[in-house]
Amino acid sequence: MDLIEVLSFAFRSAVGPLAITFALAAIGLNIHYGYTGLLNIGQVAFVMVGAYGLAITVDVFGGSHLVGALVGLGLAVLLAVLLAVPTLRLRADYLAITTISVGEVLRLATRSSQAAPLTRGADGIAGLGGPFYALNPIPPGDYGFWIFQLGSERRVWLILVGWALIALMCLLVWALMRSPWGRVLRAIREDEEAARSLGKNVFSYKMQALVLGGAIGGLAGVYYAIQAAGVAPDTFDPRITFYAYVILILGGPGRVLGPVLGALIFYALFQGADVVLRQASAQGWLPLVDWFGSQAIGATRLALVGLVLMLLMIFRPQGILGDRREMSLGA
Amino acid sequence: MPAPDERAAIPLGGDDLAVAQRARAQLAEVAPEPGVPKPDPLLRAEGIRKAFGGLVAVDTRHLEVQRGTIPALIGPNGAGKTTLFNVLTGFDRRSEGRWEFGGQDVSQAAPHRVAQRGMVRTFQLTKALTRMTVLENMRLAATGQRGERFLPALLPRTWRAQEREHTERALALLERFGLADKADDFAGELSGGQRKLLEMARALMVRPRMIMLDEPMAGVNPALTQSLLEHITDLRDEGLTVVFVEHDMDVVMGISDWVVCLAEGQVIAEGPPEVIGDDQAVIDAYLGTRQDLDDLGPGGAR
Ligand SMILES: Nc1ncnc2c1ncn2[C@@H]1O[C@H](COP(=O)(O)OP(=O)(O)OP(=O)(O)O)[C@@H](O)[C@H]1O
Ligand SMILES: [Mg+2]
Repeated sequence: MDLIEVLSFAFRSAVGPLAITFALAAIGLNIHYGYTGLLNIGQVAFVMVGAYGLAITVDVFGGSHLVGALVGLGLAVLLAVLLAVPTLRLRADYLAITTISVGEVLRLATRSSQAAPLTRGADGIAGLGGPFYALNPIPPGDYGFWIFQLGSERRVWLILVGWALIALMCLLVWALMRSPWGRVLRAIREDEEAARSLGKNVFSYKMQALVLGGAIGGLAGVYYAIQAAGVAPDTFDPRITFYAYVILILGGPGRVLGPVLGALIFYALFQGADVVLRQASAQGWLPLVDWFGSQAIGATRLALVGLVLMLLMIFRPQGILGDRREMSLGA
Repeated sequence: MPAPDERAAIPLGGDDLAVAQRARAQLAEVAPEPGVPKPDPLLRAEGIRKAFGGLVAVDTRHLEVQRGTIPALIGPNGAGKTTLFNVLTGFDRRSEGRWEFGGQDVSQAAPHRVAQRGMVRTFQLTKALTRMTVLENMRLAATGQRGERFLPALLPRTWRAQEREHTERALALLERFGLADKADDFAGELSGGQRKLLEMARALMVRPRMIMLDEPMAGVNPALTQSLLEHITDLRDEGLTVVFVEHDMDVVMGISDWVVCLAEGQVIAEGPPEVIGDDQAVIDAYLGTRQDLDDLGPGGAR
């Protein structure tokens, strides 16, 4: 077994653009779920409007990428407000039900032929990202050493900007959550009636939390559209939200760096497991898996990752960065 | 018990002491009749009605709370005491009725507005914010925090000084309630009685004029009950109005200035504790439920 290959592939994925996209989406989700206790099961919807906001602005209206990014963020904010108004006054489950369906409705609407003039239907929109790479100051070449391989200058630029965004968002979350504003969010997570009885306008804070976390989800979408050089509706399926939750719970909800660490580990594990399985299969060590055909490797990988997550939940239910003492107190 | 001068260091935000004491003395002249007007009411409610579907949980004609006193709200289980609290503080939407607190109509106000106006309630089932420290519980409750607005939150310069003041006040109150050494513990690590104390101390951070305690003694061990009772009378003696719900008649007789008895949502009697203790309607209300309970018991008719 070639350990170097496994490690370098795991590293490449852990710091790569997809992990960055998920880290951003999970940072937004952390504000919703980790800090405020809002059960948003449709983070993918915010990612999607962010991505499509950029794509449609550029493709249909001929706008610049910068304007497109702002439109994407604006749409995410708008979506948050639209979701908040009818649901945030109701019991927590209504937000969950609404968000999970909005994600799917948006995906189906986007790929429908009626929406095609705007969204190009199921094919999606391609050809994005050019102006982003035009700003790239990094000289051409192949970057990295030993197991820490980053790739071409284009990929390095993408990764650099992505991690800068993550750092910026973490800074924002950190600054907010140490302030009295963040304290109100945590109080709402613990018991919103108590927060109300102490004079806090719970609706307003939930709205602010939903908007902020949604906007960061939108940012993840903008970044995704650029790194994928386009968007297609079927990438935005509910699994995105579930992976974001896995990442958040893995890293530790309610911790500034929880989603980032979660994304790193999730991607390292996910892609590392892939290489391990492929190598093992090539050596003929997995007769049963091989017998089921090559797709079985993907399924086995999922099962393996699931197993690791299960072990983690058993031995560290508070997530990697969580506080055991805090966890034992329950919700 | 803290020394009086130590107490004076924490202004509570109740009514002016002289006014509150005069108001309490005036209670002696009030007739013990349901719905009787009071000479100096802090809260005045007209025709509160709250129905859950067909069930009328609260239906009080006229109800006033005299400033600077400790009125006890009593009544058998399901009488509507908690619901009355919920309606008055905006937690349950009223079906009918209007009420004024400190001369302002708050009958349509949202719960947080009611609290900001100075009418702060606690809950029958204690609501400690378990995964926050005791000190954070306290600091949260301070009102008018600049750092609670989104943009100023990002600029600690705008709220640091205020936060320091709130912390000082919080620590002083914790000291007073005997929780000072727990300041950095998670609230979820406190015992049931300590949580009740924390809830009371936390409510005081809001600087209320009236504090409404829903069964503050429930599930508290006898030693702590005594200290809770002392806290309640101390608060009154510093100008606060303290409404509380209680089932234990000895406690009610011991510390209340006035007793309001609810049964099936209606005020069936109110007056000084000595009078209410002998009131036939009150005795019947309690006995009535006891009989009902017997009927429902395992050996009963049903
Ligand atoms: N949310 C609700 N929905 C339906 N019925 C309710 C609701 N809340 C209270 N009730 C009913 O209203 C009546 C009054 O209840 P409430 O809790 O106010 O009584 P209580 O006097 O506080 O009783 P206890 O001494 O047991 O606390 C009860 O019959 C109760 O079942
Ligand atoms: Mg009750």
